[in-house]
Amino acid sequence: MPSTPAIILFLPLAVAAFVLLASKGFKLNATVCALVSTASVAITLVLSLALIFGAKSDSPDEVVKLFTWADFGSLQLEINATLDRLSRGMLFVVTFIGTLVHVFSLGYMKDDAGKARYYAGLSLFMFSMTGIVLADNFAMMFIFWELVGVSSYILIGHWYTKDSAADAAKKAFLTNRIGDFGFMIGILILFGATGSITFAGVEQGLTAGVLTGGLLTAATLCIFCGAVGKSAQFPLHVWLPDAMEGPTPVSALIHAATMVAAGVYMLVRVSFLIGVSENAATIIAYVGGFTALIAALMATQQDDIKRILAYSTLSQLGYMVMAVGLAAGEAAMFHLFTHAFFKALLFLGSGAVIYACHHEQDIWKMGGLKDKMKGTFATFAIGTAALIAVPFTSGFFSKEAILEAALHHDMLLFLCAAGVALLTAFYMTRLVVVAFFGKARTGHSDHATEVPMIMLAPLMLLAFLSIFSGYSIIADTLSPAAVHSEFNLAIFLTSLGALIAGAGGAWILYAGKDKDPLNIGIFRNKFYFDELYSVIIKFAQDKFAMVVSAVDDLFIDSLCVNGISRAVNGFGLLLRRLQSGNLQGYAFVFGLGILVILYIALINT
Amino acid sequence: MVTLNAYLLVSGLLFAIGFAGVLLRRNIIIIFMCLELMLSASNLSLVAFSRFNTVNGLPNYNGQILVFFIIAVAAAEVAVGLAIIVALFRARRTTHVEDMNSMKG
Repeated sequence: MPSTPAIILFLPLAVAAFVLLASKGFKLNATVCALVSTASVAITLVLSLALIFGAKSDSPDEVVKLFTWADFGSLQLEINATLDRLSRGMLFVVTFIGTLVHVFSLGYMKDDAGKARYYAGLSLFMFSMTGIVLADNFAMMFIFWELVGVSSYILIGHWYTKDSAADAAKKAFLTNRIGDFGFMIGILILFGATGSITFAGVEQGLTAGVLTGGLLTAATLCIFCGAVGKSAQFPLHVWLPDAMEGPTPVSALIHAATMVAAGVYMLVRVSFLIGVSENAATIIAYVGGFTALIAALMATQQDDIKRILAYSTLSQLGYMVMAVGLAAGEAAMFHLFTHAFFKALLFLGSGAVIYACHHEQDIWKMGGLKDKMKGTFATFAIGTAALIAVPFTSGFFSKEAILEAALHHDMLLFLCAAGVALLTAFYMTRLVVVAFFGKARTGHSDHATEVPMIMLAPLMLLAFLSIFSGYSIIADTLSPAAVHSEFNLAIFLTSLGALIAGAGGAWILYAGKDKDPLNIGIFRNKFYFDELYSVIIKFAQDKFAMVVSAVDDLFIDSLCVNGISRAVNGFGLLLRRLQSGNLQGYAFVFGLGILVILYIALINT
Repeated sequence: MVTLNAYLLVSGLLFAIGFAGVLLRRNIIIIFMCLELMLSASNLSLVAFSRFNTVNGLPNYNGQILVFFIIAVAAAEVAVGLAIIVALFRARRTTHVEDMNSMKG
């Protein structure tokens, strides 16, 4: 009987293989495939709940050995399962959101031609993500890190016949590869210094002080690079908004609740590393804060409902990364926990809206939806409330914890975080006011009707958790880390002030408007990052490619490869002259040779 | 008394004439004849060595035996060589060596 973590890890993989093979090979009905996949993720949810409730409050953190994947003598790559509060809580988040997204997709993807492929992708993702959560060493984490990258690529590019989706998938994958490269270098530095790839081994090595100073900072920043790619932090944030080309449930699962949070989870896992490297921690905190700020600014001027949410995700991830950098890993995980629910809710809610409006994503073409989609509106409003940290929702508690960490460590970051809170309230209120209030602006939104129950039920469940997951009765058992901050009047007032100013400002500006009264080009165009990168690629990469191509042409091709063949050829041409075909020529040379031999033999002794 | 040197001189001259003929003449039959001349030159020197290299008053017959060998080989060579020349002439309608350079590289 395999152990529980083994089932949680490998069941989705088996299901992914089954669904792909059965739907392709045996023409199994796609709906059956979808149901099998959904059932499997529900089983993993039950098992991870069993793990949580089976654990005694004082049970020690353990590592369940699954198998050794590769054995290089002193280096063993093992696939193990770490079981501690962090991984159990994260496992719950992943399987819970996963289950709801699977269920929601039954409605959302009902008539999609690639339904079986979609569910196989989802199952593959569940497998990969579970692997990251359970990893007890860097090698295993890296393997699954890449696997989530692949499954993300597959799912973003689900509608691969659409150019924009195929491009977005490529962009996401390549951008992630840049970060992963840094991650790998970081792992290698740590392995070289400590001789171990397990988290425990590396931590021991660091405690023993084998790695200090600049190299430690470099290693930490390289590891952080991985999180920058996966959690879409500045300067690799550009892929996440484009990743919204994927189906909306995928955005909810992968690009809001779980995979993009993997970077934060990984940073918390290796918090021992960040703890000893102060310089790196500062850089991490500022990268997070900066990302949160620019993403929030960009979100204020987007028109696509999913893109607004994507920038909001970027911004919230920036919050979490900032908290990690401020040595408040618990606050980061707590925010990850609550954010997973309300952001998944918002994405699924936007999915419901998009579904109801016949795949219309522009908020200026919606409007008046609150009366036509009452259930969706109510849940969406709850998600929004949690995101903008209305007091006594889950987001309020977790954001409070991060603000408190910022206040204690760095005033500048605190102000930045408060500003982001204000902007968050602003752009979310804008979204809700424009999309749900007012009157219908196009026929699509005029004829919108409430989505079926199979899509509404996950929304309600998530709405419930969006409100209550911050309270200790839930957070203490289920979350990876819960923080109970003392009531701090300054923070409370700041947060409330930001909320009122942001939401109020947006209400005044946008209520009853049919087009955007603000037009700030630099925000609307995402600070021209995409353009900047394409210019950099055009001028740096193309020039570099030119140099490389010139070296290849001149040196490798003409000197080495063709040079050798040309030398042989030329020498052969020279030797060819010797064979003149002239009999008397040969005889003459022959006679000359004899003379030379005679000369050597007789006279020149 | 004719000395050994005189014989060798004549032999060398014959050989040189033959070799020059091989190198310079264009007609393959003449070249062939010049080859025979070179063989005869070597025969002459062999006989001369045999005559002047006496053992117990008798010449050393080893040299003269070798001459017979050479004459026999030369006869065989002429048979084969002339046959080749005839075949060549039939194929090419020429006996000039300049025209036979199809082995040119």
